[in-house]
Amino acid sequence: MQRIRLRYTKRGRLRFTSHRDFQRAFERALRRSAVPMAYSAGFTPHPKVSYANAAPTGVASEAEYLEIGLAAVRDPEQLRAQLDESLPAGLDVIDAVEVRTPNFVERLEASEWLVRLDGVEPDQAAKAVRTFLAEEKVEVERRTKNGVRVFDARGAVAALEAVEPQVDGGTDTAAGTDRDVRTGRPCAILRLVVRHATPAVRPDDVLSGLRATADLAPPVPAEVTRLAQGPLDEESGTVTDPLALDRAAAPAG
Amino acid sequence: MTVESVFPRLEALLPHVQKPIQYVGGELNSTVKDWDACDVRWALMYPDAYEVGLPNQGVMILYEVLNEREGVLAERTYSVWPDLEALMREHRVPQFTVDAHRPVKAFDVFGLSFSTELGYTNMLTALDLAGIPLEAKDRTDEDPIVLAGGHAAFNPEPIADFLDCAVIGDGEQAVLDITEIIRAWKAEGRPGGRDELLLRLARTGGVYVPKFYDVEYLADGRIGRVVPNAPGVPWRVSKHTVMDLDEWPYPKQPLVPLAETVHERMSVEIFRGCTRGCRFCQAGMITRPVRERSITGIGEMVERGLKATGFEEVGLLSLSSADHTEIGDIAKGLADRYTEDKIGLSLPSTRVDAFNIDLANELSRNGRRSGLTFAPEGGSERMRKVINKMVSEEDLIRTVATAYGNGWRQVKLYFMCGLPTETDEDVLQIGEMAKNVIQKGREVTGQNDIRCTVSIGGFVPKPHTPFQWAPQLSAEATDARLAKLRDSIRGDRKYGKNIGYRYHDGKPGIVEGLLSRGDRRVGAVIRAVYEDGGRFDGWREYFSYDRWMASAEKGLAGTGVDVDWYTTRERSYEEVLPWDHLDSGLDKDWLWEDWQDALEEVEVDDCRWTPCFDCGVCPQMDTAIQIGPTGKKLLPLTVVNK
Repeated sequence: MQRIRLRYTKRGRLRFTSHRDFQRAFERALRRSAVPMAYSAGFTPHPKVSYANAAPTGVASEAEYLEIGLAAVRDPEQLRAQLDESLPAGLDVIDAVEVRTPNFVERLEASEWLVRLDGVEPDQAAKAVRTFLAEEKVEVERRTKNGVRVFDARGAVAALEAVEPQVDGGTDTAAGTDRDVRTGRPCAILRLVVRHATPAVRPDDVLSGLRATADLAPPVPAEVTRLAQGPLDEESGTVTDPLALDRAAAPAG
Repeated sequence: MTVESVFPRLEALLPHVQKPIQYVGGELNSTVKDWDACDVRWALMYPDAYEVGLPNQGVMILYEVLNEREGVLAERTYSVWPDLEALMREHRVPQFTVDAHRPVKAFDVFGLSFSTELGYTNMLTALDLAGIPLEAKDRTDEDPIVLAGGHAAFNPEPIADFLDCAVIGDGEQAVLDITEIIRAWKAEGRPGGRDELLLRLARTGGVYVPKFYDVEYLADGRIGRVVPNAPGVPWRVSKHTVMDLDEWPYPKQPLVPLAETVHERMSVEIFRGCTRGCRFCQAGMITRPVRERSITGIGEMVERGLKATGFEEVGLLSLSSADHTEIGDIAKGLADRYTEDKIGLSLPSTRVDAFNIDLANELSRNGRRSGLTFAPEGGSERMRKVINKMVSEEDLIRTVATAYGNGWRQVKLYFMCGLPTETDEDVLQIGEMAKNVIQKGREVTGQNDIRCTVSIGGFVPKPHTPFQWAPQLSAEATDARLAKLRDSIRGDRKYGKNIGYRYHDGKPGIVEGLLSRGDRRVGAVIRAVYEDGGRFDGWREYFSYDRWMASAEKGLAGTGVDVDWYTTRERSYEEVLPWDHLDSGLDKDWLWEDWQDALEEVEVDDCRWTPCFDCGVCPQMDTAIQIGPTGKKLLPLTVVNK
């Protein structure tokens, strides 16, 4: 059985796709593009797909990963293009490698997030970041199915900084200002790197922490995008490509 | 004039609502056309939640038929849940389409498809959110034409105040004809405004415009007559029927949602209409005559649809799918083609007597043997004669034995309670039937763990059926009868534990009855319910009987009639019924004779196999039933080399 790892996105309005929604959409795309899937044994066979670490509903992502098992050998790049064509725009398949190394999920050590705070002055955000980072521990609450849970949101944060509000070649803000081009309001942007720990610390939890330590209260919900997930380079506080090992292990040619 | 998308404003609200994906559109096979390149624009609504509305075949078909036309665009809109409704009101976001998130008010036509009357309050919510006046008389040239279709539109009188017009019957050709009338009127510079357009539509004889008809009442509250009040407007409005389904292979590109919906399968309508003549069944009466899609037409739709969607189940839809003249070859042909691809086949409506061992085997070829559902509808032989559901208990037991013998372990039986002339004894027979089914299952399989679920709904008399004159059973009497049946099933030591018992209480049926056979005076009740916060009446968690009754008291005050008058009262032959001026093709005298036959427990055969019994549809439409067999077979799609 050939196995292929794919990187896909949840962009724009399709960030509201839940993980279950994505699974159904992906399995239908497999059928439409007639991918020769390997099936699980048993009374109701399922195509072999495993998903890693999906981003929450409402959060955009440039770096989601999954792995599929095939019953026949396919060229990874052709397969990627085929699946990308078959999925709606916004759910884009952007990378594919043949599996050559084990323990992929363990390799996803951390995620890099971009958090866009509409209506927040960049200076105010930068100040809040400094206050948060100065703390050793920042306790936050999250409502879960089993009631309210209290945990530390500081320890898992490997990097946090307020960055220039310029994304995608500066289309986000009007030239030379920190005003949002769509709303004309101020807009702060945070870059955040969080280790994948237990309990999982999400960008939302870090925002709760910013509120708790520095009274940072954005007037509208933050727009969050996962930019990367993979091995964490502790020194630089950056996340590297989790598919690099498989690529390196591929025979030359 | 370009219309702006409301999406940026909606997007800010979405993180605060449940299942936001249902509001963002972007479904596979959805279409967004250039607004300015089109001159006739339709907003199509299924007035229920997205998860129910998206799979609706009617809306999907019209959406595609309209969008295929040059210069015409259609977008879809669904009911928003109360969480989003509150936010939309707070932030002044109007009712929007999910395709391009354009405001509904900007369209030329706002078309609503009513499968059930319980969507009426949702229509008012949508109108209000859209900024369109609730009542047609308050609308101006700035507002879209509000048009209703679907089965419930066969009696549009309860919502006549809120509608500009209604169309009854098949929509495919009708929406195109209406489009051309609107296009011509717009091209001429909209002469005479909205009224002139409505008049042009009404004069075709195929579009009902309530404002051009006056309803006169008698002193006792009954209708005296319904009279056209504008020149050239016909006395009766006729239904639309497309005769050759193979000419309309829609949906060709079914919508595939990202959100989870109630039906996730490739549905193909294999025929329209039904001639079984079950007297309670409005769908069977108003969709006559029977028109089959050919076996090859079905094969092509399935093939194209699966490629376009990636669904893993094919549903062969109709009112009684096993009645297709070539159903055996269809099931076998599709199973031959798709078993390898692990695609399941389902027949949602299957008659007991038409189900046979071959069909059972073809449907379960991929190994899945889920439950089987049959609808005897009446518990006793006598009751089944009254409703003309010609299924004997022998037939049922034979079918069930076949099913159990082929590996099924679960049988579900549907019944109705509150049918005309019904007694407690008739309903208690439901329990006996379930016991016999289990007994047979035990015999055939040699096992004890056989389950049979009986599911019981309250009967609601519907317009354009032989039971349109019948008294509806009161909610209290329905509940009492169902309690007796429950006690008798629960009390049975040998079988009681193996019988699942599901039923609905009688209250929602009374509201449905009020809306089904209501007249224009019921509009005030619907409005009062809406204004009191009534929404999503088809959903148990939102439906409030007390609100409906309180609103009925208020809305019907001074009319001399009440809820009982509309529901539990028997009508006489002479009475003018609110929907008499809407022509379903059925001869009213034939319906009356069939009602009398029901009372005398006389059955009527299916006209597919026996001579015509003059229901009136074919001669009036100058046609005949369109059925096979064609004698063709579904050939394998590719040569398999193994």
